[in-house]
Amino acid sequence: MSDQEKEPVFSSKNIKLLTGPLDKNNPITIQVLGICSALAVTVKLKPALVMALSVTIVVAVSNVVIAALRSYIPDRIRIIVQLVVIATLVILVDQILKAYAFDVSKQLSVFVGLIITNCILMGRLEAFAMGNKPWPSFLDGLGNGAGYGLILVIVAFFRELLGSGSILGYPVMEKIGVYSIGYENNGMMILPPMALIVVGLIIWFQRSRDKSLIEHK
Amino acid sequence: MKHFSNRYIFIFSTIMVVIVAALLSLAATLLQPAQQRNLEIEKKKSMLESIRIPATRSNTVDLYSKYIKESFNINSGGEIIEGTDPFTVVLRNEQKKSPEQQLLPVFKAVTDEGEPVIILPVEGKGLWGPLNGYISLRQDMNTIYGVTFDHKSETPGLGAEINTSPFENMFRDKKLYDNQKFVSIQVVKGGAHQGDIHGVDAISGGTITSKGLEKMLLDCLSKYDNYFLKNRN
Repeated sequence: MSDQEKEPVFSSKNIKLLTGPLDKNNPITIQVLGICSALAVTVKLKPALVMALSVTIVVAVSNVVIAALRSYIPDRIRIIVQLVVIATLVILVDQILKAYAFDVSKQLSVFVGLIITNCILMGRLEAFAMGNKPWPSFLDGLGNGAGYGLILVIVAFFRELLGSGSILGYPVMEKIGVYSIGYENNGMMILPPMALIVVGLIIWFQRSRDKSLIEHK
Repeated sequence: MKHFSNRYIFIFSTIMVVIVAALLSLAATLLQPAQQRNLEIEKKKSMLESIRIPATRSNTVDLYSKYIKESFNINSGGEIIEGTDPFTVVLRNEQKKSPEQQLLPVFKAVTDEGEPVIILPVEGKGLWGPLNGYISLRQDMNTIYGVTFDHKSETPGLGAEINTSPFENMFRDKKLYDNQKFVSIQVVKGGAHQGDIHGVDAISGGTITSKGLEKMLLDCLSKYDNYFLKNRN
């Protein structure tokens, strides 16, 4: 603990906390957490972006809260304490959105509540924040939120483009005129199974680029 | 890991629960007026959209008082019920009452082209939660002038497409009556055929939402049957 106190704010270890989840330690493609919400919010790009942002905020702040309280939290009820912190933050975010960003809150509708059930949150609190200081925990939260968001945005981009022919609601396919040569939107892309397949393709791509990620039997 | 006594655990959880409860109730109380105002603006904005008036959050209140001329509640017999405010009627609560006791709101408006229309609220169930919307009818009480739909929790890209303009615009100029018989609007899976005056295309991947919407229109609008027949011209 004592050498951590002397550490610079952005030491290489801390930077790694931030960037690791974007690639080698990605919560979705490597840890395979938060898949359920990756299926639900990736039909369109806009909800995916807002979801990514909300999860990042909630995971970073709850990581800080749990890390600050970590030596006072009784081991036997730690999961309940973590859930209470997450649920409180999510409800606060929801209430504030409803009061000051009504349109965003309408966009997200049910998904704000679903942040509570996102496995990444509990996973980070349990695996990281319970044993680390607030600042590294904050970075870890930001990194994991961003890693989650990155995959969400990639999946949503392809699903919206191929399934609805638009990006962020802008009709790209119509503008470049592919419909006139017989192109049609793929209805399969907007159904949940294609989210899993796209995530699978990303995992495949990532592992073929970085052989160290492949498990040896 | 340090060992904590049961007593510590009880005290810890009690303090935690009290702090969290205080925080949440404080937030709910402080934010309620702003949330209420948002809901009211949202309702007025939806009504304006159903008569093809695009409103923003800032000009909604002014536009509402400019376009909406008159409002009242009727009963299932089509008679006006005095002394009730249609804007505060909660359809969900009305739908629990017996058909004769239900208040049915009617909002009269004049469009930009000077045509008088009526706006009727509708409310029903989608896949995950409630659906609602406003339907505006021309003077013949048969032709749809415009619609706007909204939902609480339908899936984005699937059921949630009901509140997008491509879907809503399909309802324009559709007819509720086939001769003298009330038939409402059908949401047709696979697409309504060309020239179908009672049908619109369903949403692919949103079948249950589409069906819920169809049922909502039938249930809510058929209650106005007597009013339509009395007032058509």
